Amino acid sequence: MAIQKTYEEINEKIRRGEAVVLTAEEVSQMALTCTPEEIAEKVDVVTTATFGAMCSSGAIVNFGHANPPIRMEKIRLNGVPAYEGLAAVDTYIGATACDPENPKYGGAHVIQDLVDGKDIELEAWGKGTDCYPRKHIKTVINKETVNEMILFNPRNAYQNYPVAVNSTSQMKYTYMGSLLPNMRNATYSTSGELSPLLNDPEMKTIGIGTRIFLGGTQGFVVWPGTQFNTSKPKNEFGIPVGNSATLAVMGNLKEMSSEFLQAAYYEKYGVSLFVGIGIPIPVLNADIAKNVSIRNEQIETTVCDYGVEGSPALGRVNYAELRSGEIEVQGKKIRTAPVSSLSKARKIAEILKQSILAGEFEISKPVQMFPTNTSLKSLKEVKGGTE
Amino acid sequence: MQKKRYVLKFPPQSGDQPFSYHLVKDFDIRINILRAEVWPGKTGSLVLELEGTTTNLKNGIAYLQENQVSCEPLNKKITWDNARCISCGNCTAVCFAGALQMDPEKWELQFDPEKCIVCELCVPACPLNLFKIDFRE
Repeated sequence: MAIQKTYEEINEKIRRGEAVVLTAEEVSQMALTCTPEEIAEKVDVVTTATFGAMCSSGAIVNFGHANPPIRMEKIRLNGVPAYEGLAAVDTYIGATACDPENPKYGGAHVIQDLVDGKDIELEAWGKGTDCYPRKHIKTVINKETVNEMILFNPRNAYQNYPVAVNSTSQMKYTYMGSLLPNMRNATYSTSGELSPLLNDPEMKTIGIGTRIFLGGTQGFVVWPGTQFNTSKPKNEFGIPVGNSATLAVMGNLKEMSSEFLQAAYYEKYGVSLFVGIGIPIPVLNADIAKNVSIRNEQIETTVCDYGVEGSPALGRVNYAELRSGEIEVQGKKIRTAPVSSLSKARKIAEILKQSILAGEFEISKPVQMFPTNTSLKSLKEVKGGTE
Repeated sequence: MQKKRYVLKFPPQSGDQPFSYHLVKDFDIRINILRAEVWPGKTGSLVLELEGTTTNLKNGIAYLQENQVSCEPLNKKITWDNARCISCGNCTAVCFAGALQMDPEKWELQFDPEKCIVCELCVPACPLNLFKIDFRE
């Protein structure tokens, strides 16, 4: 009879310390000699992970009220602008926010400094109201003084991502790193066979409410990420060959560690935040076992020319080729380099595995699955606005 | 025979002297110029790979130093904050000399200063700003 396990059965095994947990790389090796049915029988949970720069990240912070109180209508944290339209003393600091005068220190650095317990200068202005008479405040905050600080990232953990090259004669500075002229290098992101959404391409186990590893602590998938797209072309293994699904994630920033949340500055691009995410996939049946068995050579992605407007596609390669150090695109051999950290991703997958084995981390059934058949709209420019 | 990379710095008054000629002719040192910045009347910096016998290298370097040309091993001029490195790989994308490479098993960054040609492309390429190269100062 075909294997079918429930979330509760697997959690029962986790509590008893009997669950069999492998990382996605380990299960891919196992799949070389085992059938999906055998894997579904032997393995309960597979851990996946990624550690890459994810620009669509940020933190919600509540400062608490001063005496006399102020309705903060313009907010700066170490000089970095934070959102002022959230009641009196709530804010959202986006990872990519920055003061144009100091472009190398941005929201991601503020977030990392908060995590590290450092003091941050808060300066805010308000017009003064009957209930919030104060017009200006300048003080120091840190992780101990604020009421809440919550990481809320609207778009993380992209399911696959294009390889970047540059066909022009000029160096291009991008979020995919420094791209040398004349396609003399190619950069790639994602942790390949270890990447969360590449191990569950149809999102049969990952949905709203999935408990995850986020920045060093437990967090949750709270929504499909922005630009969630399930309409990208797929290869014969069911893998979308470009950036497709995404996750919105949330967690308690006070519990996180800068080992798994790292601010970054990209030359002539701007600030971003490396985010460490680990997602456990319960092996409920042979179908899911087959998905988590995916190997780098089966995961393909599109090579795009970041030097040209619209980043046109130039070809398709797989992650085994990318990791070999060289790919061939249109007959030309190009040196490759990663831009997300596989060594950190492996560390996260291992930490998650050990926490599950220790009974400290249980898997959760999504309270709602993600939508299907979604596609992306581009921004149309309408002449004359709404006149 | 030994092969090693050095950074040479010239004071303004030494800019017009044929040091490399003397290294070759008098000390039988094979030189490979990897990088040069010479500003007449000001200062100059050279990155050289020197190849020769231990004695000749020692004497050649002593000759340079006698003439107020500083000569320091290249690896002392580059610092990489290894402890903070996340091994993202961004620097390896621009390192043509192969000094910065990902270990193909552990996927951790490996830095071999002996292969560095001081092109300095890694300095802005590192998103954490972990490389410091002291070439000019």
